[in-house]
Amino acid sequence: MTDALLDVRGLKKYFETSHGLLHAVDDVSFSIERGKTLGLVGESGCGKSTTGRAILRLIEPTAGEVLFEGVDVVKLGSGAMRKMRKNMQIIFQDPFSSLDPRKTINQIIAEPIKENRIITDKVALEKRVLELMETVGLAERLINTYPHELDGGRRQRIGIARALAMEPKFIICDEPVSALDVSIQAQILNLLKQLQERLGLTYIFITHDLSVVNHFSDDIAVMYLGQIVEKASAEEHFNNPLHPYTKALLSAIPIPDLRNKRQRITLKGEITSPVNLPDACRFAKRCNECVEQCTKGIPPLKEISKGHFVACFKY
Amino acid sequence: MTIKNDDYIFDIEGLNVRYETEDGTVYAVNGLDLKLGYKKTLGLVGETGAGKTTTALAMLRLVPSPPGVVDCKKLEICGQDIRALSAQKLEEVRGKDISMIFQDPMTALNPVFRVVDQIAESLEIHEHLSRSDAQEKAKELLEMVGISRSRANEFAHQFSGGMKQRVVIAIALACNPKLIIADEPTTALDVTIQAQVLDLMKDLKEKHDTSMIMITHDLGIVAEVCDEVAVMYTGRVVEQGTLEDIFERTMHPYTEGLFNSLPNIADRQAMLKPIRGLMPDPTEQPKGCPFASRCDYASPECESEHPVLRYVSDTHKVACSAYDRQPDFLLERRKTR
Repeated sequence: MTDALLDVRGLKKYFETSHGLLHAVDDVSFSIERGKTLGLVGESGCGKSTTGRAILRLIEPTAGEVLFEGVDVVKLGSGAMRKMRKNMQIIFQDPFSSLDPRKTINQIIAEPIKENRIITDKVALEKRVLELMETVGLAERLINTYPHELDGGRRQRIGIARALAMEPKFIICDEPVSALDVSIQAQILNLLKQLQERLGLTYIFITHDLSVVNHFSDDIAVMYLGQIVEKASAEEHFNNPLHPYTKALLSAIPIPDLRNKRQRITLKGEITSPVNLPDACRFAKRCNECVEQCTKGIPPLKEISKGHFVACFKY
Repeated sequence: MTIKNDDYIFDIEGLNVRYETEDGTVYAVNGLDLKLGYKKTLGLVGETGAGKTTTALAMLRLVPSPPGVVDCKKLEICGQDIRALSAQKLEEVRGKDISMIFQDPMTALNPVFRVVDQIAESLEIHEHLSRSDAQEKAKELLEMVGISRSRANEFAHQFSGGMKQRVVIAIALACNPKLIIADEPTTALDVTIQAQVLDLMKDLKEKHDTSMIMITHDLGIVAEVCDEVAVMYTGRVVEQGTLEDIFERTMHPYTEGLFNSLPNIADRQAMLKPIRGLMPDPTEQPKGCPFASRCDYASPECESEHPVLRYVSDTHKVACSAYDRQPDFLLERRKTR
């Protein structure tokens, strides 16, 4: 791949629990080109958020490399990492708990700028905060309000303004619209898209909502129990899904259209525990197309056609 | 044509619910009329704060008072006037004739009772079964919702989210209710589990001839499970009709706005068209149409005239005065359909 901004190789994050080793992220590799969006999709517990956090080293990865413009982020010392984080920001899922309730919008947005000593002059700082507020569509009069006075959509805009304050190249959006109503969700998605075009941002978009991710991403990686099971362009992903899990996931979305009814594949059972995993395809237990081979080893992620990777013995 | 009351599983007229708080009065439901035929599923759709859950609570007389104040011209469910019931009679109706499935299965179950006892409880109270019979029936119910009876003696924390919601459904179905009110039953679940639970609810509903209210914000779920739809905004029904009426013959600008806000799976490139602005403050009662300030079609009259929910066909009702002023008024969505 040519101009890759971020290249993740063999990323692993294990947690020790009293029952054994929990494989939250297990050998995940992908790269994202500058200015593009990678959608990271999966159900609760599949490791998508942990992957995002491990990339930013908000939690330390167990193993693997995270190359940001060729620099391995994992190996950086704390001072260098601090500088690096200016380039890599995150927007959290819950705009209700991710903002300090005792700070005004002004303080919340100014904090990272002050902390990194980018602007020290008070007047210039306020000007910058107002500029950021305008960028994300927050009215100037709200500058001295507190988060509890605002609705979810506006709060999420604060989270975005704060992420943009460092003029990052790359933002991880961790379920940024899951807590919002559809009409507000659409406003925030449009805003994120406009910002990407204007500022040339690169996104990882983490979500469980496949219709949102389809709308938003260039490439999509589907995760199941800590591993990527399929990766393809968004178009390929929706028109030609290959992995049995991806097919089931896509068919499970209820479609708000009476004319486009699809046959639903209902999966049996539920996601298994990520603790002490056997050496087998992790989806085998729920898979409708499972054969003997599936219980005997982990299928590798193979390129089936250009840019389309699948981890399934069928292919 | 005279319509007899017993043609409907429930019939609500002029329901008003307000919450009187220190910071002012919140008008949660405002003059709501709603009724549903037997064995039908009604989708009650709207965004946070539209009054969906409050409507459901008011139907069971569960609105906490204070701060809640409920008044209603008519509230009949299963042919009974719910307003007139004594506390004791009300206990008999709840859980027996009408049962409710709550949004969050994580908090709807009691953590210190075995799941089998939680299901058996309503059987002992309503069906007057002996303890052992109730336990046996509870185990059958667990099997019906796809949980092995060997797990009957476990506690809620030993179950996953999807299984907890199955237990909640088993409790709701225990006494063969005539009406189930499901308040966002799958919102807390993953899509593949949501698909399982929706399939289960559809099957069980058909098997037991139950009527259902499905409260949801997800129009996709509505398309899959409902026969009729009522779209709520600021405590009012703004449009109501059959599934086809709402999806194919959309008439209210707010309903159109909801559809336009959804990412379209078939067309990736289309920009989303969100509804601008925010829902008005529920402590204020707007003079005109409550949606006027966010509506792309609004005219000056909309700010002052209160639209009336009126029939536009035998099944389809809409509260938008544009149709009174302009008989050939058509939403953008309709032009492409």
